[in-house]
Amino acid sequence: MLAVNMRAITKRFGAMTANDQIDFQVEQGEIHCLLGENGAGKSTLMNVLFGLHCPDEGCIEIEGDLIPAVTPRLAYQLGIGMVHQHFMLINHLTCLENIILGNEPGNVVIDRKRAREAVQRLSDQYHFNIELDALVCDLSVGMKQRVEILKTLYRGANIIILDEPTAVLTPIEADQLLSILKEMRSQGKTIIFITHKLKETLEVADRITILRGGKFVALLDAASATPELLARLMVGHDVVFEIEKESCKKGDVILEIEDVRLLPNAQTTVSFSVHAGEIFGIAGVEGNGQQQLEQIIMGLVRPKSGRIFYQNTNLLELSHRARRHLRFAYIPSDRLKQALLSRVSLQENFLLGNQYDPMYVRRGFIQTKPLRESTTRMMKQFDVRATSAQQEAGSLSGGNQQKFVLAREVSKNPQFVLACQPVRGLDIGAIKYIHSVLLKLRSEGAAILLISAELSDIFQLSDTVGVLYKGELMDIRRTEGFDNESISLLMAGRKEEPRNETAQNA
Amino acid sequence: MDNLQYIFSFNIVLTTLRFAIPLTLAAVGATICERSGIINLGVEGMMLIGAFGGVLGTHLTGSPWLGVLFSIFCGGLVALLHAVLSIRFRTNQTVSGVGINILSVGLSVVLTRVIWGTDGISGTVKQLETLSIPLLKDIPVIGALFTDQSPFLFLTVLIVFAAWFFMYRTKAGLHLRAIGDHPRAAATVGINVRKYRYFAVVACGMLCGMAGAYLSIVQNNLFVNNMVAGRGFIALAANIFGGWNPLGSFLASLLFAFAQALRINLSLPIPDQFVQMVPYAHSLCSSALVERQKHRKLPAN
Amino acid sequence: MKLRKTHKLPALAERLLYSLVAVILSLLLATLVMLIAGYDPVKAFSAMLNGAFGSANAIANTLSKSIPLMFTGFAFAVASKGGIFNIGGEGQLYLAALASTITALALNGLPRILVLTLSILAGMAAGGAVGALIGTIKAKMRINEVIVAIMINYIVSLFTSYMVNGPLKAENSMTAQSEVISSNYLFATIIPRSQLTTALYLGLAFAVLIFFLFRSTRIGFNIRAVGENANAAASSGIHIAATTIGVMAFSGMLAGLAGVTEVLGKYGRFIDGFSPGFGFTGIAVAVLGSNNPFGILLTSLLFGALEAGSMKMSYVANVSTNMVMVIQGLVILFVATPEIVSQFAQRKGGKQNG
Repeated sequence: MLAVNMRAITKRFGAMTANDQIDFQVEQGEIHCLLGENGAGKSTLMNVLFGLHCPDEGCIEIEGDLIPAVTPRLAYQLGIGMVHQHFMLINHLTCLENIILGNEPGNVVIDRKRAREAVQRLSDQYHFNIELDALVCDLSVGMKQRVEILKTLYRGANIIILDEPTAVLTPIEADQLLSILKEMRSQGKTIIFITHKLKETLEVADRITILRGGKFVALLDAASATPELLARLMVGHDVVFEIEKESCKKGDVILEIEDVRLLPNAQTTVSFSVHAGEIFGIAGVEGNGQQQLEQIIMGLVRPKSGRIFYQNTNLLELSHRARRHLRFAYIPSDRLKQALLSRVSLQENFLLGNQYDPMYVRRGFIQTKPLRESTTRMMKQFDVRATSAQQEAGSLSGGNQQKFVLAREVSKNPQFVLACQPVRGLDIGAIKYIHSVLLKLRSEGAAILLISAELSDIFQLSDTVGVLYKGELMDIRRTEGFDNESISLLMAGRKEEPRNETAQNA
Repeated sequence: MDNLQYIFSFNIVLTTLRFAIPLTLAAVGATICERSGIINLGVEGMMLIGAFGGVLGTHLTGSPWLGVLFSIFCGGLVALLHAVLSIRFRTNQTVSGVGINILSVGLSVVLTRVIWGTDGISGTVKQLETLSIPLLKDIPVIGALFTDQSPFLFLTVLIVFAAWFFMYRTKAGLHLRAIGDHPRAAATVGINVRKYRYFAVVACGMLCGMAGAYLSIVQNNLFVNNMVAGRGFIALAANIFGGWNPLGSFLASLLFAFAQALRINLSLPIPDQFVQMVPYAHSLCSSALVERQKHRKLPAN
Repeated sequence: MKLRKTHKLPALAERLLYSLVAVILSLLLATLVMLIAGYDPVKAFSAMLNGAFGSANAIANTLSKSIPLMFTGFAFAVASKGGIFNIGGEGQLYLAALASTITALALNGLPRILVLTLSILAGMAAGGAVGALIGTIKAKMRINEVIVAIMINYIVSLFTSYMVNGPLKAENSMTAQSEVISSNYLFATIIPRSQLTTALYLGLAFAVLIFFLFRSTRIGFNIRAVGENANAAASSGIHIAATTIGVMAFSGMLAGLAGVTEVLGKYGRFIDGFSPGFGFTGIAVAVLGSNNPFGILLTSLLFGALEAGSMKMSYVANVSTNMVMVIQGLVILFVATPEIVSQFAQRKGGKQNG
């Protein structure tokens, strides 16, 4: 009997069809990977299964029973549990309280003793090692995820859906998760694993379903899958893994970071420099000081110690006013939160960061004509899809927003570019375009600091790579000096072990 | 009596408690409401309507206790309005609170004129009786607490502990705390966020109504326009200062009430207006102090 | 696949249309209240209209009552654009009124231009100072400005009350008010023997100023950026703290002008408690006027009319003047709830929904 049988599921949001007649079947007791690019419709499909969305067409069978309308409550009763990409945890409650939330033993008053015993027992059974009385806000990301998983198990889930669980984990933590999943499978649980990463799919899946553009593409046995085959099915055409890159022509030092302490309890300070014509990549799982580095360089936060030099000027001593005349381009990690005003027109958004440029503002007054012309020109050049420069920035798709931000920043003719997670959430076409823009800037002599959690970005673009872990720069090398394994170790905090001759590349 | 003597007398405890009652009731109401994630600036207006309702109810039925019930009903009704606007129609909660305050003042004055013929002043009604607890009232010194005391005092203390127990020991209380922190997460575990929020806001209104009744038919025997005089806002500050939990709200209210008790009976050579400023300045400083640490622990408003 | 909801922001005209519907809904509810209370709504509203527009004097009265509301409306709107709720209008206008009064009285004997200008500036400075204080507390200490502003309102009005009951009290006066300011130093009246002064022109001038500030200047753009998304604004080089304090100072100045124009215009002296809540009504005016200066001119006129007509309504139909507050409260509630209004508008015959 199939654990899950979804047939011809269709889900539309307005004019967009997120799921188009998708069939999805999961056997009991297997680990089934749902594979696809960003935006392929995987999360939507699982949200339908879990009852967060109502499908427009199609039917769902759980363990042989046809279920007409799923709700989260019903899903739980049927034994389905979901661990979301963005944790659904209550920060100011304890682990125990989070786990039992909605399912507390007792009638009106909570039977705390019974709750504690039951949860502790489960935690021990799967070797989770969770401290029940710790506040969730004090936990590490990996630990929070375990609380989420334990939550589903406590509620009696037999079918567990995980949405991009390793996106926020270090490689070591990811491995630990995968072994926990295998343990759960051996105890009879069914696991659905949403991901866009090929490596872990191949490592842990029994069967793989691939979605593309909202449609079902293929269902494979893991045994017959290879990375090339999966990538081709995901993207629809042969993927070139390598991008052409000119050799690095390093110029003068443009940005120099000296002895800056990124995090309060970091053991060492951070020092490195970025040259003109160079892409310096900072690898590392998000949350290890990248945000602090970003904010310190942009002058939003003062570091407790250290200095930053921009072509011989001490950045930290620059006034707000002086900063405005530096030729900095800034592509923040969260474009909507940090780079755009969503309810304001694209034209006015173009002014953001350019408002001290005499071309656009003279004697305090905005020059609308040159502003409109530049906006339209750059939008065309970067292929930003919008009805006009008057459209609100918030109504653009994620990819177009990112392209717009890039367009605006590049129009500044920057000497230094700070690009943070520049391709997060974008499809392969947009990713390739943005990569090419960054490489072009590099060949024109700009100094680029690239902060990214995506190893593919780092390896394809960077000339030099540094790894950030808990606010410390674990090592700095030329890109060729790294391979997937050595970089993963550093990202997880382990200093290099003796070189392994048979190390493989990504 | 001279100042020093006053400070160390039992009298000050009694006066403090008297002032603390309306503040505490409203503050606990605010705690429950804000913990569910709904901002309620209309506390002042709900207290006012409660005060009016208490007098109206007593006037109509002749019984102050029924007046109290009516005030609770009125407060709850106004809160229901705020709840519907904030939850169903997603009104800006701050603006809605201001609107409710203005509406409450206007409505209560209009109605006093309709019923009693004078703008903003009602006729006098029967006050709520006090009681004396046998045995306890004979204890030296503390006995004064149980002599000729308003039942509201005991009700208030009861409500504080009931609220605390509710929030920290019951399922519903856990759900409420979860909603204020991360409503979406609560929804995914099957908690009906809307239902809890409606409950929280209406409960707040009922408590504020009760607080208003204290001002009109316990401490006094009539309704006067603006008789709440900012206590609603002080209660909001007490909630913040107390850390968004019932016991904290109670203690903070006691603190603010103590300051007021001092100013009422201490004869200091300071102009009256400056003395009147004390509770506001006090609330300002203390809520400011707490807001600084707000990032450490808090409902997502 | 992210979904974009297209927010078609209605043009100003359409927003004001919503506001109109909100007003109509409020009037309907108020009518209901009147009926339940046993009043005659027709009598009441016609008396109100008469009192507001029925004669030259009535119109003068209406305009004069709208002036302080214009300024507190501007104050709230400007602060809103910067992302701040300025609920401190009362405190700002009281301190400004006090400052103007003291200045005008102290400079007695000097030429008119000098005294009038300095008094106005003193008032703006005082209002701006209170505003800046609130802005500083918010910017530097990250404290929610609402409770702070409310407390400051009470403290300032108690302070001014003390001043006018004590040091500033006029000799031989029964009520708490200051000495009369020489009529030489007041705003000129537009219509003789009315309360309407040239302060009206000041209000109109500020409307134009504010309009161009936000449309065409960098400062205006920066303020809007901070109000829309402080993070993005900071990344673009805008000094958030400075902008916040600056906006609040400007907002405080505007609110202060409400007090200044009352003292140097309508009354010619500082009277204890002269503000019937201009600061709070200003919030209604601003929200109803869609935070747009010209919209605010319209809505302040509306509220001025309500106030001016309320006396006659009380006299003729025996309805308490506080009915106006009921209408104001309802308007705030409706206008802050676009959904109710748009549903009503749709049902009333196919108005386009944004």
